[in-house]
Amino acid sequence: MEIIKFLIPMALGMGMIFVGLFIWSTRSGQFDDLDTPSKRMLLEDDETHLVNKPITHERKDV
Amino acid sequence: MSAVVESRESQFETFSYDDKLTKMFAIATMVWGVVALFLGVWVAFELATYKMNLDSPYFTFGRLRPLHTNAAIFAFVGNAIFAGIYYSTPRLLKTRMASDLMGRIHFWGWQLIIVAAAISLPLGYTTSKEYAELEWPIDIAVALVWVTFGVNFFLTLKQRRERHIYVAIWFYIATIITVAVLYVVNNLEVPVSWMKSYSLFAGVQDALVQWWYGHNAVAFFLTTPFLGLMYYFIQKAVNRPVYSYRLSIIHFWSLIFVYIWAGPHHLLYSALPEWVQTVGMAFSIALWAPSWGGMINGLLTLRGAWDRVRKEPILKFFATAVTFYGMATFEGPLLSIKSVNAIGHFTDWIVGHVHAGTIGWNYMMTAGVLYYMVPKLWKTELWSQRLANIQFWSATIGLLLYIMSMWTAGITKGLMWRAVDETGKLVYPDFVETVIKIIPMYWVRAFGGVLVLFGFILLIINLYKTIKLAPKEENQEEEKFKALPLSASPLDTHGGPHRKLEGLTLLFSVLSFVAIIIGSMIELLPALLSNNFIAKDARVKPYRPLEVAGRDIFVREGCYTCHSQLVRPMAAEKLRYGRVSTAAEYVYDRPFQWGSRRIGPDLMRVGGKYNHMWHYRHMLNPREVTPGSIMPNYPWLFKNKVKFEALTKKLNVLAALGAPYSKEEIDNAPMLAKEHAQKIMNELEAGGVKKKMIDKEIVALIAYLQRLGTDLGGDDEISSVE
Repeated sequence: MEIIKFLIPMALGMGMIFVGLFIWSTRSGQFDDLDTPSKRMLLEDDETHLVNKPITHERKDV
Repeated sequence: MSAVVESRESQFETFSYDDKLTKMFAIATMVWGVVALFLGVWVAFELATYKMNLDSPYFTFGRLRPLHTNAAIFAFVGNAIFAGIYYSTPRLLKTRMASDLMGRIHFWGWQLIIVAAAISLPLGYTTSKEYAELEWPIDIAVALVWVTFGVNFFLTLKQRRERHIYVAIWFYIATIITVAVLYVVNNLEVPVSWMKSYSLFAGVQDALVQWWYGHNAVAFFLTTPFLGLMYYFIQKAVNRPVYSYRLSIIHFWSLIFVYIWAGPHHLLYSALPEWVQTVGMAFSIALWAPSWGGMINGLLTLRGAWDRVRKEPILKFFATAVTFYGMATFEGPLLSIKSVNAIGHFTDWIVGHVHAGTIGWNYMMTAGVLYYMVPKLWKTELWSQRLANIQFWSATIGLLLYIMSMWTAGITKGLMWRAVDETGKLVYPDFVETVIKIIPMYWVRAFGGVLVLFGFILLIINLYKTIKLAPKEENQEEEKFKALPLSASPLDTHGGPHRKLEGLTLLFSVLSFVAIIIGSMIELLPALLSNNFIAKDARVKPYRPLEVAGRDIFVREGCYTCHSQLVRPMAAEKLRYGRVSTAAEYVYDRPFQWGSRRIGPDLMRVGGKYNHMWHYRHMLNPREVTPGSIMPNYPWLFKNKVKFEALTKKLNVLAALGAPYSKEEIDNAPMLAKEHAQKIMNELEAGGVKKKMIDKEIVALIAYLQRLGTDLGGDDEISSVE
């Protein structure tokens, strides 16, 4: 059963990698905005030039 | 204001997408899809009637079943994943994939691997580790191609023009990293020859590594990439944002963290240490929550659009796929509960469960993704909505027939195995009774499979017509897109304090969850490091040379696809098979052969149960000794010769891995094997078998079968358990 001495640290290690990735991504602001990303991905490709602008909640001029 | 707009305008960069690659993967998905499903239908009929095995080594269930699973997972679903990832990733990141060349290497490398699998598995080159059966040279190719894919993906991530990494991409990242680790570790093996190797791990350890891999192949090949696809394609198809972006983030991080621990639920009641089983079971049950987080998020994305689900086939496929994902991820934790597992394990229930996932989730998602993507890629409309609808109903009805027949078959078989009457005797002592009982269910399942395959053929016709009728001139040149570089879009700092708090709450909840997990592990580790969990048993000896040859034949023929080698600690199992398995008995098993199904009976204690002549006749025609058996005939074992000379090399490798063979034994392995064969022949000749059969594979196989489970001798349970 020595393999467990390898598998558990590895599972923990992988978990830690993902936790690290999570902390990094949170710190770098990936999850600061949990509202607009879901809407931005819907913009069609021909509207690509709009995509980089953070969308504000104000309605666009009609 | 206009000045700002102009300055931004001048910064725009132009780019295009490498959609040709996506098209290639989409077509490969269709081609391999039909192959994988056809193989599935074929092996399903093999269980309904043994005649479908054609008395040919290349068509037996034991060799075709691994080909079916590998084709379905890596060829069909694999290409679908790649098509979906190569379509959505550049669009989400606003960039072309980093390297066209790496994309081509990935595509052609992957297709070559599939072809290599399609040739080598029917030829009997297998490691016998489920979903990792490919032999070592192909394993290396898989690793190299996967790394190419990963490098291309991460370089693309680096050159993105979209600051925010959308949740689908997170799922792709987890897939790429984890699959690489799993695949490499589970395939650690020592080559004996060009297409034969022995696992680096043995027995219980090998089993643990295999199912750590096996379950996570489900997790990180069939689940996480498809959740990524779900988070892109459903929203796009319905043109609505995901129900809760926050839920998607939470369930992503918890899912990947919990999944990796769930593997031991494949080994409940096995010779694996109890606490490992319990950890596996606990994590498996915990998995229910993040799985349903994804399911709820996918389904609720369709809220307010149910009228469209009724009309549009794409949405039907997606809604059904997510529903089946929810069903399968409820059934999984349920089956991981030990008492439920006691009935379900080794039966067809598990097979039904797997197909609820693979057909219900992967096939349905793939169909939806292809119906969405292909018309977009070829800049046209889908040829026939009606045909897509017919496929949907055909596949759904086929799948329901599949799942329900397998529930019935599995639970029936599980209950019959354990039925004990008031006098303490087995109600169905003949295993074959429990097989004959469920054959009608095998027919229903095979028919369900035909409907699923039929639906896929309709998909191919539909998409072929779609592509054929697409306007040619518009497909000549790659479309150009514009976006600002990453540097022009600094992080969104407009978020108010509320947003920040949201971020922190999320961080806080995940960190506390992690703390719980780490805490539990720290408690467990000391116990783990201070004990040697496998009690060594001096009575257990390595296999003798002829038995090694026989064992390799057992592995080659895929016997493990129908026969387990593990007696679980249950009264009915002890009555049926004999002494309960102990971990010590498997220390020389490379690879382990516990199997995962009992289409036929367990073989752990088959050694000495029948005489040599019984095995001889049984392998020639199982029905001669077991009327009603569905096992294939193995006539080629009576023609192929044992490669005695190869035994020295094999014993050498096994000795290097720790089997205590003496130098004499290794050097004289061929001679020792021949002597052993002669002993078996003495009995066979008395039964009328010709002398010349001595060097045939059947004799080696009999040697192995007669050795199985005999090391501990008689029935002195007490001395072996502790």
